[in-house]
Amino acid sequence: MSAVENKPLTKKDFESDQDVRWCPGCGDYAILSQVQKMMPVLGNTRENTVFVSGIGCSSRFPYYLNTYGFHTIHGRAPAFAIGIKAANPNLDVWIATGDGDALSIGGNHFIHLMRRNPNIKVLLFNNRIYGLTKGQYSPTSEHGKVTKSSPFGSIEEPFNPTSLALGANASFVARAVDRDTKHLSSVIEAAAKHKGTAFVEIYQNCIIFNDGAFTPYTEKETKLENCLYLEHGKPMVFGQNSDKGIKLDGTVPKVVSLTDGKNSLEDLIVHDQFSEDQTLANLITHLSDNKDFPVPVGVFRSISRPCYEDQLVEQMESAKALKGTGDLQKLFNQGDTWEVK
Amino acid sequence: MSKNVQTLDEVTVMFAGDSGDGMQLVGTEMANTSAIVGNDIGTFPDFPAEIRAPQGTLAGVSGYQLHFGNYDLHTPGDECDTLVAMNPAALKTNLKKLKSNGILIVDTANFQARDLLLAKYASNPLEDYSLEKYQLFPVNITGLTREALKETGLDTKSIDKCKNFFSLGIIFWLYNRPLNYTINILETKFAKKPQIAKANILALKGGYAYCEATEAFRVSFDVKPAKLTPGTYRSITGNTATALGLVAAAVKSGKEVFLGSYPITPASEILHELSKFKNYGVKTFQAEDEIAAICSAIGASFAGKIGVTTTSGPGLALKTEAVGLAIATELPLVVVDVQRAGPSTGLPTKTEQSDLLFAVYGRNADSPLPVIAASSPSDCFNAVYEAVQIAVKFMTPVICLTDGYLANGSEPWKIPKVEELKPIEINFRTEPEGFFPYQRNPETLARDWAIPGNPGTEHRIGGIERENITGNISYDSDNHQVMTNLRFEKIEKVASFYPKTEIFGKEKGELLVISWGGTYGSIHTAMEKCLKKGLSVSHVHLRYINPLPNDLAGIIKNFRQVLVPELNNGQLIKVIRDKYLVDAKGFNKVKGLPFTSGELEAKFIEMIGG
Repeated sequence: MSAVENKPLTKKDFESDQDVRWCPGCGDYAILSQVQKMMPVLGNTRENTVFVSGIGCSSRFPYYLNTYGFHTIHGRAPAFAIGIKAANPNLDVWIATGDGDALSIGGNHFIHLMRRNPNIKVLLFNNRIYGLTKGQYSPTSEHGKVTKSSPFGSIEEPFNPTSLALGANASFVARAVDRDTKHLSSVIEAAAKHKGTAFVEIYQNCIIFNDGAFTPYTEKETKLENCLYLEHGKPMVFGQNSDKGIKLDGTVPKVVSLTDGKNSLEDLIVHDQFSEDQTLANLITHLSDNKDFPVPVGVFRSISRPCYEDQLVEQMESAKALKGTGDLQKLFNQGDTWEVK
Repeated sequence: MSKNVQTLDEVTVMFAGDSGDGMQLVGTEMANTSAIVGNDIGTFPDFPAEIRAPQGTLAGVSGYQLHFGNYDLHTPGDECDTLVAMNPAALKTNLKKLKSNGILIVDTANFQARDLLLAKYASNPLEDYSLEKYQLFPVNITGLTREALKETGLDTKSIDKCKNFFSLGIIFWLYNRPLNYTINILETKFAKKPQIAKANILALKGGYAYCEATEAFRVSFDVKPAKLTPGTYRSITGNTATALGLVAAAVKSGKEVFLGSYPITPASEILHELSKFKNYGVKTFQAEDEIAAICSAIGASFAGKIGVTTTSGPGLALKTEAVGLAIATELPLVVVDVQRAGPSTGLPTKTEQSDLLFAVYGRNADSPLPVIAASSPSDCFNAVYEAVQIAVKFMTPVICLTDGYLANGSEPWKIPKVEELKPIEINFRTEPEGFFPYQRNPETLARDWAIPGNPGTEHRIGGIERENITGNISYDSDNHQVMTNLRFEKIEKVASFYPKTEIFGKEKGELLVISWGGTYGSIHTAMEKCLKKGLSVSHVHLRYINPLPNDLAGIIKNFRQVLVPELNNGQLIKVIRDKYLVDAKGFNKVKGLPFTSGELEAKFIEMIGG
């Protein structure tokens, strides 16, 4: 290998030569940039990285990374990805998907991916709208949402993606926001380092069809009031002046003031992302369902579970150890045979 | 008294009973024993979709038909010489298949008023003289089994489960078959339950001894070994042959097979079989649905494995969008469709060959792919092996059609020598210099296959139309025309690698029969009879449905009439008429049953005005 090839990779090495074709101002740009930046940091190589996607704006993602990439069909990226990972467990497999792709048409594959736990990273760009088909409500659009296909307001309850993932026993669940790039990088890094399926919901602004959906969580003046930054081992504190927290009142979470003298840091829930028990992670995912609570961001849960492809390889190895590497002629001649002379 | 043995050329026997009576099991034992003693065999298991339909009803009848002979057979037999009916429902459902003066063995214990009512018999056929044209042997099989097994200490329910082996014992005596192969199988199968093994063996011997002691049958029969091509043989079903063909392709190509599959009748056995072969480098993945099954297989192909998915018609319907992606991204993939009667759920356990048009045309947009078909149970091995060869040579999905009749039916298979199987060559593109994902081999038009993990050939592919050679997204209208033409021409090129089309019969004449798939056996048998009579009929059985062989046009021109018999409402005939502008006639049947050679022979004779 030449000295040139040994040069450490940079963000530039992960940029493809294709023009990026998202709308100017789309939140996808920020996510793409962070992912390209993180690839060399994580020590990933171009040749061993595969980005897989379905259909939708977010699913154009693979074309813009100078790695291997497969832009597949609507909702099915998890099925392609598990085939790729099972075929070659040495590959770093990533899925870029959206709220419609992963949770509507691909809902079935999504839950089965979480349950099987292959070592695959899932970045779900949630903009709560159908962008590429030009503005219909999505499975994460809020009740009452007025869109082209719901002129009188959506009458459907939205999915909470983190809660759905957790319900399917995802081993890693996290949330980040497109414009908070530093935090986004840290979440991507944690996901990449997790062994197992890592699910990251990214709030992503659709500037054309759902602009401002996440403004409370992105603007300097409001984000600290509205986001709960999760840190392992730390009490759940939020607010512009870190003046509020979340404590348990019996089994029910409650927002309390840290300045009225009634509660102190010791009264708050301490985040434990490694808890084998799902109770805390469950509680965290549901905070965003209630307007009285801040939206949690960061790593909700990160536990260790056997990976699909490891168990597959182990079964194959033990079959070989037990029966020896298959002899095809013996297999053909299995059972009762007879000679015709 | 010494046994009076009469020698026959061929015999067809049917076991029929309730779906819980174990008819498939004893039928298979009779078939395997006949194959081992050297007969050629053809089998036709016919059973309901329900695992246990209500006992004693017509809907719950399960039958196993076996044809064995001393010559090269191609069918499970048109009519039966002997029918074993375990109850009135089995008798009523299958009596029409029994020849006049055929041997009819019934279990009299199950001809009580309630049984007759369930089978909708107004009067007892054993007593009302309606069976006079058959040789009726009423045997209290249930009662005699209980008697034979009374010392085993088993309860009556368990003892009654052995009555199928008592009936097999009768058939073994009648056709002079050795008991030892079945005894060995029972001892192996029930190694952990020796009491059950012993009980079934007692029942088997009991049935045999009953015939010997009672002299119920004055004559017994024997069928001498068939003069088959020398070699080592085993009995094989279509689904097992398909599974072995895929393993063989993996071993011969030096690449892993990845099977993504979702359970569906009648294809599931391929998944079951391949799941056992982990030490042969076969990876199997039971997906969450049919779509995930094919998508995972395409993903594996992208990563450099031989991606395979197995299904039946309703599953293929779900997979079509993904097949389109494999066509667009030009990745190798084998889709095995074990056809069943439809539409929709249809008749899951009954056979039909009605997915041909679907396989050839059933996708959005202009999306050609090769379609090939297996012609007999053991031929499933060759067909699927060839499907892999085409898929990797031309970088395309290939649909391999088998059907329920082939999948479950069995016949002797001359076991191939591994070293004599044609090689499957796969060369990944590893050289980065000058690599483009849609650069093509000029001979085959196949694009280069570069796989993740290889440095320097990183590329992106997908369903959006791509620029020729570079593979970059392209919405250019001229480029779309170029790519559409290339996809079409590539598949047309497959035909230039076919062997010469074989004609059974003369190369010129009055009637050409063109067929495909699982009808081969019955058509070939009908043809043999016609040729013996000197009739001007010839037969071409197609392996390649799309593209059709280049020499077929010339063959068709040499005949005055063309007949296309199919187990559907007319599908291949549409392709033939479209492609060759010939006034072909159809002969069609959609009863969930194969053709009999008799009805085909009659049709051929009618066509030539004989």
